[in-house]
Amino acid sequence: MAQHKIFVPRDTTSCALGAESLAERLGQLIAVDGLPLQLVRNGSRGLYWLEPLLEIDDGESRWAYGPLCESKLEELVAARFWENPGAHPSCLGKTEDIPYLRDQQRITFARVGVIDPLSVAAYREAGGFRGLDKALTMQAADIVAEIRDSGLRGRGGAAFPTGIKWQTVLDTPAPQKYVVCNADEGDSGTYSDRMLMEGDPMALIEGMIIAGLAVGADRGYIYLREEYPLTRLLLDEALEAARREGYLGERICDSDHDFEIELRLGAGAYICGEETAMLESLEGKRGEVRAKPPLPAVAGLFAQPSIINNVISLASVPGILADGAVEYQAYGVGRSRGTLPFQLAGNLRQAGLVELAFGNTLRSLLEDFGAGSRSGRPLRAVQVGGPLGAYLPESQWDTPLDYEAFQAIGAMLGHGGIVAFDDTVDMSLQARFSMEFCALESCGKCTPCRIGSTRGVELIDRIRDGREIEQNTALLLELCDTMEHGSLCAMGGLTPYPVRSAVRYFSADFEPGAGNT
Amino acid sequence: MAALPHSTPYDESQLLAICERFKHEPGPLLQVLHAVQDCLGHVPTEAVPRIAEALNLSRAEIHGVISFYHYFRQRPVGRHVLQICRAESCQAMGSRTLESHAQESLGIDFHETSADGQFTLLPVYCLGNCACSPSVRIADATFGHVDCAAFDRLIADLSADSEGDA
Repeated sequence: MAQHKIFVPRDTTSCALGAESLAERLGQLIAVDGLPLQLVRNGSRGLYWLEPLLEIDDGESRWAYGPLCESKLEELVAARFWENPGAHPSCLGKTEDIPYLRDQQRITFARVGVIDPLSVAAYREAGGFRGLDKALTMQAADIVAEIRDSGLRGRGGAAFPTGIKWQTVLDTPAPQKYVVCNADEGDSGTYSDRMLMEGDPMALIEGMIIAGLAVGADRGYIYLREEYPLTRLLLDEALEAARREGYLGERICDSDHDFEIELRLGAGAYICGEETAMLESLEGKRGEVRAKPPLPAVAGLFAQPSIINNVISLASVPGILADGAVEYQAYGVGRSRGTLPFQLAGNLRQAGLVELAFGNTLRSLLEDFGAGSRSGRPLRAVQVGGPLGAYLPESQWDTPLDYEAFQAIGAMLGHGGIVAFDDTVDMSLQARFSMEFCALESCGKCTPCRIGSTRGVELIDRIRDGREIEQNTALLLELCDTMEHGSLCAMGGLTPYPVRSAVRYFSADFEPGAGNT
Repeated sequence: MAALPHSTPYDESQLLAICERFKHEPGPLLQVLHAVQDCLGHVPTEAVPRIAEALNLSRAEIHGVISFYHYFRQRPVGRHVLQICRAESCQAMGSRTLESHAQESLGIDFHETSADGQFTLLPVYCLGNCACSPSVRIADATFGHVDCAAFDRLIADLSADSEGDA
């Protein structure tokens, strides 16, 4: 009897919504009743309001059912839905025809939610390792040139051109070089690194191997945050699978190159997402930010030249090598080339992952994809780019989503997190939290960040109490200037962004009787 | 207070085995601390000089690292560690209400353990589960859409488990 493949995601958020117990129940039904079904655990498609999302493959298309609970699953099984997968009334249609997915440009996330993430064979079949195959035939300098020509900029938030970083590491002679993947995805409202690592970890592994070939590094580290336990489990299994198949270890793919990757865990410190603090942490020390220069590309991990890239940057590399820089360049606008996986979070009806070429608008993300607030109340403020990103009012939602356009309005795209708030939000409280978070997470090395953040909390408390609002607001803005210009890294340097934007766009919330208690 | 039900007694040979396992790797301190905490539930004060000696570091360095990272702790925790996300996405979906509700219903503040040793409440800043805020983590399981009622159900389930074990 023909076996139908059934997909149930194994992804942190899908499991938080019940995918694990659903898969368990399905496994029991298959075993007990001898159903002609094969259960595959995939990553998530990122259509999180439909999770747990079950898909069934009829050999031609995949049909979607969700959000699915156990009783609905039992109903489907009783109706033998696999015999005519698209015909059951609760079917959402073909997964790829769901407008939310259909209207995206999935390049980096092409395989996420589609394949079994732990299968090297499935990865290969879906086009994986083509980039590595090519890289193994190229000179190191040519690999670096391909990445530079693609226009890829670091997707971790700072948007520094990846090719330039790689060139510096390549040009710095040293006995040992490293490739370090920054998987300390600490920004609230972001989860694309997590999804990629859970849904297509081989892409990250392939990207790191290529980076190693490009600069002559034979050792890679993934610095993963402790808050992602399932990601850790899946990454460990993926690394082991890659090792078994000869992609990691000595003489990878029967070449003369060695490459090994070690996974190391963070310990709940937001600052360790800053690259030099991360290096300190990888070296087993307090995650204190280093002064630059020297750049990590010259003296990074254990004082050796090191490539440090975010998960999405590295996972973008295989596709660029496989299809060429020109193909990647074709997406995007201005100096923002390629795609960015935006992550819709907070108070939105259809929260999820939306990978798009740069250039769309925030409004389109919020309305066309996000479908407005989950609470049903009007949206009022949207924080873009994590806890160090500005809060934007509706008047700014038509700004094109590209790095430069956001910078021009005193905001930033960062890692692509979009957190929406409805009209019950108290923006002076949000500003206070930004300062409080900075005080909690500051590494303490520089004064503007360490002390400024605490003074910032106090000033906002005084304003919220209605005490000398005008003077204290002026002082707060002056403190923001000091922090921005005097801090060693982006933690203290960017905390002023959300604070200032709250004061500028939502001044009513700082006035007496604004509803503060 | 008597030893908490879940806490594992300090065993020096176990600790030294962990140090031995990692000490030849580059920059091993965080890995050692992770392994110790995985094993014992916390990093006991008496372990600090032993780790320092094994890794050829000063006690001040070990203390500095433990105290820098929110995740490492030097005191035992309750049977169940509950982490409530305090970050922006969860704020947008009512996590401030959830925080107060959790503190009131368990009778403890963040970083405290309930008198019966059952629950320790910790803040966390993002679990990457922002598409279904508010989020809570219990051990290695992450939960979404946790409003006050859902939180009460989680607590009831955990309490029932504990009684079943007793």
